[in-house]
Amino acid sequence: MTAPSDEVAAKEGVARTPAPARVGRSAIVRGDRGRRLAILAAVIAALLIPIFARGFLTFQLTQVMVYALAILGLNLLTGFNGQFSLGHSAFYGIGAYTTAIMMSRWDIPYFWTLPAAGGVCFAVGFLFGLPALRLQGLYLALATFALAIAMPQILKFQPLESFTGGVQGLVIDKPDPPFGLPIDADQWLYYFTLAVLLVMFAGAANLVRSRTGRAIMAIRDNPIAAAAMGINTALYKTLTFGVSALYTGVAGALGAIVVQFVAPDSFNFLLSISFLVGLVIGGVGSIPGCLVGGLFVLFVPNIAESVSTGLAGVIYGVILLLVIFVMPAGTAGFARILFARLLRSPKPEGRSR
Amino acid sequence: MELLLQQVLAGLATGGIYACMALAVVMIYQAIDHLNFAQGEMAMFSTFIAWQLIQWGLPYWVAFAITVVVSFVAGILIDRVLFRPIQNAPILSQVVAFIALFSILNSSAGQIWDFTIKSFPTPFGHTSLFGSTLIDTHEAGMIGVTLGMLGLLYLFFRRTRLGLAMRAAAANPESARLVGIRVGWMTALGWGMAAAIGAVAGMLIAPVVFLEPNMMLGVLLYGFAGAVLGGMTSPGGAVAGGFAVGVIENVAGTFIPYFGRELKLTIALILIVAVLMVRPSGIFGRQAVTRV
Repeated sequence: MTAPSDEVAAKEGVARTPAPARVGRSAIVRGDRGRRLAILAAVIAALLIPIFARGFLTFQLTQVMVYALAILGLNLLTGFNGQFSLGHSAFYGIGAYTTAIMMSRWDIPYFWTLPAAGGVCFAVGFLFGLPALRLQGLYLALATFALAIAMPQILKFQPLESFTGGVQGLVIDKPDPPFGLPIDADQWLYYFTLAVLLVMFAGAANLVRSRTGRAIMAIRDNPIAAAAMGINTALYKTLTFGVSALYTGVAGALGAIVVQFVAPDSFNFLLSISFLVGLVIGGVGSIPGCLVGGLFVLFVPNIAESVSTGLAGVIYGVILLLVIFVMPAGTAGFARILFARLLRSPKPEGRSR
Repeated sequence: MELLLQQVLAGLATGGIYACMALAVVMIYQAIDHLNFAQGEMAMFSTFIAWQLIQWGLPYWVAFAITVVVSFVAGILIDRVLFRPIQNAPILSQVVAFIALFSILNSSAGQIWDFTIKSFPTPFGHTSLFGSTLIDTHEAGMIGVTLGMLGLLYLFFRRTRLGLAMRAAAANPESARLVGIRVGWMTALGWGMAAAIGAVAGMLIAPVVFLEPNMMLGVLLYGFAGAVLGGMTSPGGAVAGGFAVGVIENVAGTFIPYFGRELKLTIALILIVAVLMVRPSGIFGRQAVTRV
């Protein structure tokens, strides 16, 4: 084959990818295999990190995973269903408090509190999704925002103090590694969080690819057309709200176990803003992007702080601005453009394989 | 009954603050079609500039005028430098850029003028009005200025060619461009005006809440709530919404027994959401009609 015709073929290949017909199939399989390899490599790397890293880094990476999970929850709602939320700090807080109350008041083992936290948050999210059905855009933002503002006040509310511990919050014990494993508590929490993360990410990936997931995305792209095709928009929107809250709630539960402490003011709306920043930096509508978002949310403020304490906010803002300027569609969007460029560039030796 | 009247009066006084901010929020919404999270911090920064000028010995009204002009220019600059390059980026990315701007302004104000609370002068004085301690001359003056700005804006948008051009640019950018309106500059003008209104709001609010880098956070939230309640497409509605938020907050805090005082903010927000259930585009807002 000569170079020019090869180029044409490459272009055609690119043009045909949207329609996964006969021609595109092998490429899709190859892409799938590449993706699986990448995931496998990432999981192995994640398993090895606590063995080599310092204790504090392990602790920080556990928090990154917690944030990534919370951001994934927001992503399911905003990225895949097109509903905006500033209220996810509230779901995170409800999840955290469910775990903290169960562990410190009723002595229930930590792993049983996760499904409970998820269930409670699913119910709250589903119920909140009902009024949210009527609202869009900024108006929905305000309604969810009200939830975020209300949550710390409700947690501080005097009559509930016997449960929530009021302003002081609740302290919980760090779980010990089971089966006499030769690792310390931080390392065990890391692996525990990693396991939960993998299960929940896989769940989200499957959900998004399923018939339900396509319905959820159809509602985002064109609600009227989706309704005309027989999708029960109201049901799917409220369900998505519930599932989104469930994810963020489980993240909150894990966060409480990791930090061993919950207090009302750590679940204020600034936490929601952090989730939003992580979502956009990682990539709206991208599942692996949530991990990048988690990394950004945890590490960049620390980096800014270490450069200059007084001007930390300025440095953080400038970094954020630069990232948005360079990657307006987040890391995932940037990676997509990069791959598209790489595939389009004529590479005869790569093609002849 | 008298208690109710007093609480309504006190509510109007705080509502004046929210109304002021709501007006700035709606102004920028008209220009760029969504919310500017850094609006409050821009106003705070402007107020610090005014404070600095007064510290240097300038009379109040001179400092006031200079601040408004500087803010106007700064608003245009922010549009050109910051907003222009990401104009076509996804809306959420723009929101994050505003969060970045928020962080930059807040932190640098803290660095330049530190975080101690400063008092800010008022031209209206602080004597009480109507023989009650619930509203004073400054708060009455603030309400007056807010209503005056609203009137000026109404005249500007309804009676001047420039106002008409700005409305056209916001309503239908493509058609506006075809009839020769420079849409980009109209957006910049919207930024400038929003920044100037925000500066006025900041200078009026500062004597009440005291001047410090975090002073606008709460106010912006209430202003936002007021603007949404009134309807983002209607400046008059936004001002009415701002007053309504103040009154609801005060009255709910006084009259709902048991948990009214502790949860008054929550109650106010729940009431607002309840209103939005019935009127999803705000009380005075127009329902956006889109072509399918």
